[in-house]
Amino acid sequence: MALDDRKSEFTFVGTRPNRPDGLDKVTGRAKFGADMSAPGMLHGAILRSPHAHARIVKIDTSKAEAHKDVKAVVTRADFADVPFKPGLEGEFWNVLENVMAGEKALYDGHAVAAIAATSALAARDALKLIKVKYEVLPHVTDVDKAMASDAPVIREGAADYSVPEGMHPNVVRYHESGHGDVEAGFAEADLIIEDSFVTEATHQGYIEPHACLGMLGNDGKGELWCTTQGHWIAQKTCAALLGIETSQLRVTASEIGGGFGGKTTVFIEPVALALSRKANRPVKVVMTRSEVFRATGPTSSASMDIKIGMKKDGTISAAQGVFRLQGGAFPGAPGDMTAMCAFAPYNLTNVKQVGYDVMANRPKQAAYRAPGAPMGAFAVESVIDELCKKLELDPVDVRLKNAAYEGTKASYGPRYERIGLVETLEAAKAHPHYSAPLKPGQGRGISCGFWFNHGGETSVSLSLSEDGSAQLMVGTPDIGGSRASMALMAAEVLGIPYENIRVTIADTATLGYNDVSHGSRVTYASGLATIKAAKHAVEKLCERAAASWGIPTDAVKWENGCAVPSGPNAGDFDPRPLADITAHMGSTGGPISGHFEATPEGAGVSFGTHIVDAEVDPETGKTAITRYTVIQDAGKAIHPTYVEGQYQGGAAQGIGWALNEEYIYGEDGRLQNSIFLDYRIPVASDLPMIDTVIVEVPNPGHPFGVRGVGETGIVPPLAAIANAVSHAAGVRMRQLPMSPPRILAALKDNG
Amino acid sequence: MDYHSPASFAEASALAANATGITRFLAGGTDVLVQLRSELVTPDTLIDIKKIDGVSDIISNADGSWTIGVAATGAEMSEHSELGRDWPGVVEAMDLIGSTQVQGRATLTGNLCNGSPAADSVPAMVAAGVTVTVTGPSGDREVAVEEIPTGPGKTSLSKGELVSAVHIPARGEDGGDAYLRFIPRTEMDIAVVGVGVNLRLDGDTVAEARVSLGAVAPTVLLVEDCAKAIIGSTLDDAALDALAAAASAACNPIDDKRGTIAFRTEVAGVLAKRAAKIAYARAKGEQA
Repeated sequence: MALDDRKSEFTFVGTRPNRPDGLDKVTGRAKFGADMSAPGMLHGAILRSPHAHARIVKIDTSKAEAHKDVKAVVTRADFADVPFKPGLEGEFWNVLENVMAGEKALYDGHAVAAIAATSALAARDALKLIKVKYEVLPHVTDVDKAMASDAPVIREGAADYSVPEGMHPNVVRYHESGHGDVEAGFAEADLIIEDSFVTEATHQGYIEPHACLGMLGNDGKGELWCTTQGHWIAQKTCAALLGIETSQLRVTASEIGGGFGGKTTVFIEPVALALSRKANRPVKVVMTRSEVFRATGPTSSASMDIKIGMKKDGTISAAQGVFRLQGGAFPGAPGDMTAMCAFAPYNLTNVKQVGYDVMANRPKQAAYRAPGAPMGAFAVESVIDELCKKLELDPVDVRLKNAAYEGTKASYGPRYERIGLVETLEAAKAHPHYSAPLKPGQGRGISCGFWFNHGGETSVSLSLSEDGSAQLMVGTPDIGGSRASMALMAAEVLGIPYENIRVTIADTATLGYNDVSHGSRVTYASGLATIKAAKHAVEKLCERAAASWGIPTDAVKWENGCAVPSGPNAGDFDPRPLADITAHMGSTGGPISGHFEATPEGAGVSFGTHIVDAEVDPETGKTAITRYTVIQDAGKAIHPTYVEGQYQGGAAQGIGWALNEEYIYGEDGRLQNSIFLDYRIPVASDLPMIDTVIVEVPNPGHPFGVRGVGETGIVPPLAAIANAVSHAAGVRMRQLPMSPPRILAALKDNG
Repeated sequence: MDYHSPASFAEASALAANATGITRFLAGGTDVLVQLRSELVTPDTLIDIKKIDGVSDIISNADGSWTIGVAATGAEMSEHSELGRDWPGVVEAMDLIGSTQVQGRATLTGNLCNGSPAADSVPAMVAAGVTVTVTGPSGDREVAVEEIPTGPGKTSLSKGELVSAVHIPARGEDGGDAYLRFIPRTEMDIAVVGVGVNLRLDGDTVAEARVSLGAVAPTVLLVEDCAKAIIGSTLDDAALDALAAAASAACNPIDDKRGTIAFRTEVAGVLAKRAAKIAYARAKGEQA
């Protein structure tokens, strides 16, 4: 959706006003998922499987039901009979199966029953009264083992049409793409490196656990309050899982304490509603941290083989990769995304990529910032780094030599429009960080990263008040400061101050459908929608002014918050400010509002380049990140502070993923580290100041040039850190996380 | 669950002696309450000892020794400049536990009686030669810290017994102590390996030493071979290598989510050297 009236001069856009939700959040006034209560409310608790894989022989809920404090008990039988379909076609079935186990418990932590009781403690205690008889089955949690011929079958018939014959039933989707002739390309190479890499699953680690308050009557009408990245998908999914009409369930999104992709689906929401329907009372469910780790979406674990051929001058002559992603006991691991993103930064003549979506006895993976892309970049950029080292070439120069630009045929198919990878690489090369001397024991790593970005279904409504202020309703939960960005974009169009615009995340009954806040789409798509809705309102403002002046509407233009005659021929009238027009709107035609409902298609891909310095203690294998610089194309930074925050957040999460975060399973298939003590997210003192450089190569598909910035920032860190650590340690690290025991073992093996 | 807040240790002991089921003493609560909330341990009887007179006191005795109350917190210890001057290793070990908020509650006694082999303050206390008073149905007895833990989550305290005071010996002249732990992050983590070193010099020569290891065996260890490796030396490279070898040789660790056997064994030696150097510098009156 290219627009021909793209702005390049801005009044409000690009400034850094205070966030509108700041005071609420620092004073505790903001209402998060667990902060809502209702009269007569019950508390829900969920019984979870202690087994990685087990047939549920019998669930006896009679003792729990007889308990005086228990008002409802639900099992799978209390949900709708959603039909099973293979692959992602049957995603409602997959979600239902994840929300409440059917015939089998498929992972440690899988929900098998739930209780609503008069207090949270009573509900928790009453769970012990439910007796479940399990027949324990063999399990598998590792991606390579899950693909082996002797692996236990998690579910027959889950594979879709794409999977080649002869593969294990745990392989449920297959992706292959590329162009050129890789064998011919390898024949031209002066050096070929072939290597294998593995990454462990990590969790999004949002600080707010899942929480909701649900009420559903026997008449099929319901209300749901929940912490989510998308309340329309929650509405649609809950309705399907409970067998009610979508429009009869009104869903309101709470303030959200982080999501990073992990709150784009439902877990406890349908359970709260099912309990409520049975008890005929509102039911609140709040997960513990351990439940969040055991039963909500971590990202996929991955096993990858990369082969890249390079000429002596640094030209990549051929590249191929095989990416196997494990996404838990359900289809959905983003093997296709990993494959498509892995080589996307480069202008390649010969490239081929294969991705596998593999099931294992783990929780259902959920999106995590650029899902699938960081692990692929880790593998590919590690091999490029090794090639640069062996051929004694500068890693930024080599990437510049091969960088994609406008018109390049992307490794995954289309030709790029205007993109900013070269600009980020040039900024990296010019940055003082890149030429700063390193101390002994330190290493420097570079990596590029790519993410598609997304548009998605979007509805926005803007209404003007009599006093000249504006209310803007958007449907994308604010996970990255979007209310401030929306207000800035609306202010830019309307010409009224930022402070005069209140942005609300509207509930599902107030706006048309909105896709989830994912795919780095909010500032792009809801932003575009906000601009269009504001322009819609401006058209009406111009109409009112035209009518008052007795001239045609097209003889009026909008300038600096005022209707003015479009030129000397239009007539000589004093400018009419917005508040002057709205003050009389009741008597000049009624309320003035603007709307937008569509699916913007020009999201604009984005690229970043990261520079990292790491220091490794050779005696303990402990890594310190000593310097970090993020350079990324934002298209146009609407609120630069938030853009910098996204860059820094991506780097921070990448540091955790690269160094210490991992899902650790025991031989019994149980998660060993389901608390923050042992699931080692970086603490503040683990991080250096993360410097940022905002590159602005405008996206032709957005009126102000915006590209999404939320996800690309987590794509380069794993590779950039691995490259830095490998240089510092003098040994190539091929497995994440690069925890001290792994680095020390690698150092010992290296002599 | 029954909650009691006795006014004396004798009363606390009697309550515990007569209780049935699971009994826990509550000081800072940084382990007991966490275990309760996560349903690891749900006590039948909870005896809060914070309301006993004097339990938060940090007392400097006339002979130079120290008596630390069972409810004195890590924050109070860290803010006590004289205690920190005498026993920086013990104070720093305590200060490593948890967050700022946890420091406002956590105690030496709780850290000891929780029985974790990875408890940070315990190797430092063992190295320092700290003893505790144990109050029980048959009166008081004084016990060396290293004799309290008997295995993960287990102590030598019998039914009705509780620790009622902690005694740190007089620092004396030419001594220094240090505690180092390994964690993959920079703070708020559990020791993968911990090493406490306490020594006294005669000129430049180590005259006395105690070396203790944490998180490398079912209990915190007092390793005589480590002490022998450095006693009589000036902490030269050969002595440090012998210290590291003795520390690694004493390890009997497990492979778990926090570290491997090989890693713990290796790093115990590395940290022993580093801690010994700090203790030595402190004994020489240097900043370290």
